[in-house]
Amino acid sequence: MADERKLAYVMAFNEAVKQQMEADPNVFCAGEDIGAFGGVFGTFGGLQAKFGADRVVDTPISEQAIVGLGVGAAVTGLRPIVDLMFMDFICVALDQIVNQAAKLKYMFGGDAVLPLTITTAGGGGLSAAAQHSQSLEALLCHIPGLKVVMPSNPYDMKGLMTACIQENNPTVMIKHKRLLGMTGHVPEESYSIPLGKGNILRPGKDVTIVAYARMANEALIAAEELSKDGIDCEIIDPRTLQPLDTDLIVSSVKKTNHAVVVHEAVRFGGLGGEIASQIQELAFDYLDAPVTRIGAPFSPVPFSPALEQHYIPDSKTIVQGIRDVMARV
Amino acid sequence: MDLPVHVQLDLHRRMVRIRLFEEAAGRLAESNRLPGFLHLYVGEEAVAAGVCGALNDDDHITSTHRGHGHLVAKGGDFNRMMAELMGKATGYCKGKGGSMHISDTSLGMLGANGIVGAGSPIAVGAAFANRYRGRGQVAVAFFGDGSTNIGAFHEAANMACALHLPIVFACENNEYGEFTPRDKTMAITDIVDRAAGYGMPGVIVDGMDVIAVHEATVEAVERARTGGGPSLIEAKTYRFYNHHGVQNLGLKYRSDDEVAMWKQRDPIFTLEDRMIENKAATRDQFDAIWAELRADIDAAIAFADESPYPTPDQIMVGVYTSMSGAN
Repeated sequence: MADERKLAYVMAFNEAVKQQMEADPNVFCAGEDIGAFGGVFGTFGGLQAKFGADRVVDTPISEQAIVGLGVGAAVTGLRPIVDLMFMDFICVALDQIVNQAAKLKYMFGGDAVLPLTITTAGGGGLSAAAQHSQSLEALLCHIPGLKVVMPSNPYDMKGLMTACIQENNPTVMIKHKRLLGMTGHVPEESYSIPLGKGNILRPGKDVTIVAYARMANEALIAAEELSKDGIDCEIIDPRTLQPLDTDLIVSSVKKTNHAVVVHEAVRFGGLGGEIASQIQELAFDYLDAPVTRIGAPFSPVPFSPALEQHYIPDSKTIVQGIRDVMARV
Repeated sequence: MDLPVHVQLDLHRRMVRIRLFEEAAGRLAESNRLPGFLHLYVGEEAVAAGVCGALNDDDHITSTHRGHGHLVAKGGDFNRMMAELMGKATGYCKGKGGSMHISDTSLGMLGANGIVGAGSPIAVGAAFANRYRGRGQVAVAFFGDGSTNIGAFHEAANMACALHLPIVFACENNEYGEFTPRDKTMAITDIVDRAAGYGMPGVIVDGMDVIAVHEATVEAVERARTGGGPSLIEAKTYRFYNHHGVQNLGLKYRSDDEVAMWKQRDPIFTLEDRMIENKAATRDQFDAIWAELRADIDAAIAFADESPYPTPDQIMVGVYTSMSGAN
């Protein structure tokens, strides 16, 4: 469509927040530098000017109290969006995320609703080194009570962020820092993408690639390269990692008989292990080769571009990984 | 002592309810009828009663691992509390939370908490929401002396003051963080010294004197309701039993003399003696109150005993709001 509106990933986030704040007076935002400054990545830009300092709140650098602010406000009836600037900083706030937000409803026998969205920015590729580049989603997905969302493009970002804000459970929305400037079609009107439903990013018949966030885009590049060799890749972007759309993944694998899981997080203990395990439990008889995982090596994220470019998987790594899998047939 | 007699009797009643509930829970625990950990509030009743007596029904509190007293003082139902301690389906948390997570959001009681210091940031959130809605509600964070050494408390206190929120930080200084005396874990004697560092007023009160606690809370709550921001109240108090349970594995970390000295200052008997002396009430009146509330406790134990345990199909219920998120 010639008149398709294009929007950057970062502004798709911003627009979802803005529209939900317009729609629901109980929605507010709080975090470090998000008010007058608009957030270090510009994700909250212009919102304080529009909605005022009472609804877009600059906080101290206090991650435990930021999440606690969200927990307390959510359980008493508001719909908070609290921002942790970098995903690495969830570690500072883990008690409030893991022991409080995730469990309050359950521990209270169901007598609590926590419509809380925690937003953060994950992923590497900016030479931000080991404390500002991590992909810690597996840690969050391991916690009953949380939902975990990682959009791979602007359209998904807006729809998933809208769903997060409207969701009545604590949700962690992980923006990928390297996707902030990615542009794509984003409708102006408000829409939501259901949490827990994956997306077939590219249909194919030979091999299933499960990839999310920036790796979904690398997988698309890899698929084009592999198509030259006559390998037709189907790319499944789960969009939401908790709950995971296992049905979509398994039905794809039953068709292609091959599966490769790709993530930017370190391979060991990563979500790839869980996804691979689900596939072998539910589609073992359909597999023509072992399910392969592509992820980062088991080291902290290195600083130097000379190291980091080899550390984070990319389309070339994925191409090689898929060739290896197909060669086993 | 200028408080109206009916207010004094209300505070007294809250304290007796706590005492009877906790004594009963202690007896049940000693006869192995309660699963899990039990942190008894006996001795500290004046703090929960004095503070909660100054709150409205729609004000919020966050609590601690020693949280039964806070829920009782906020109006908690004995039956549902006792059933929860026994892990029954009729309990406040349907047997999912137990002693350390007992809660009633309809009473504004946002949960006992198994993590030391974790309640204070949540109280900040409740205070934020209260100001946001503009209905004049306040939040109170109950916490112990030991929790003022953990980061979450500092973050909460600073943020509450930076945002000028309607909140009262109510410290129960019982002089021990679990089994270790306060002077081994901090270089200050009075928790209230910390208040100035955040930019809020702080006051020390006799935590064995419910009237003193109440009056200090009324002032702090008034400040919070009228836009005056946070306050800190340090109530000097003492737990008559141990960190958990009654006998506490027989560990010896406090002298008998010290325990006896504090028991001499029992907050309930102190109030009763004073009211009788002031002719505000009679011994017969108090005896009738104890008898009435004892009957409530007996009924609660019977209710809990007769209640069913939750069935295994309840394990996955309540992980998420709606079951859509369950994997």
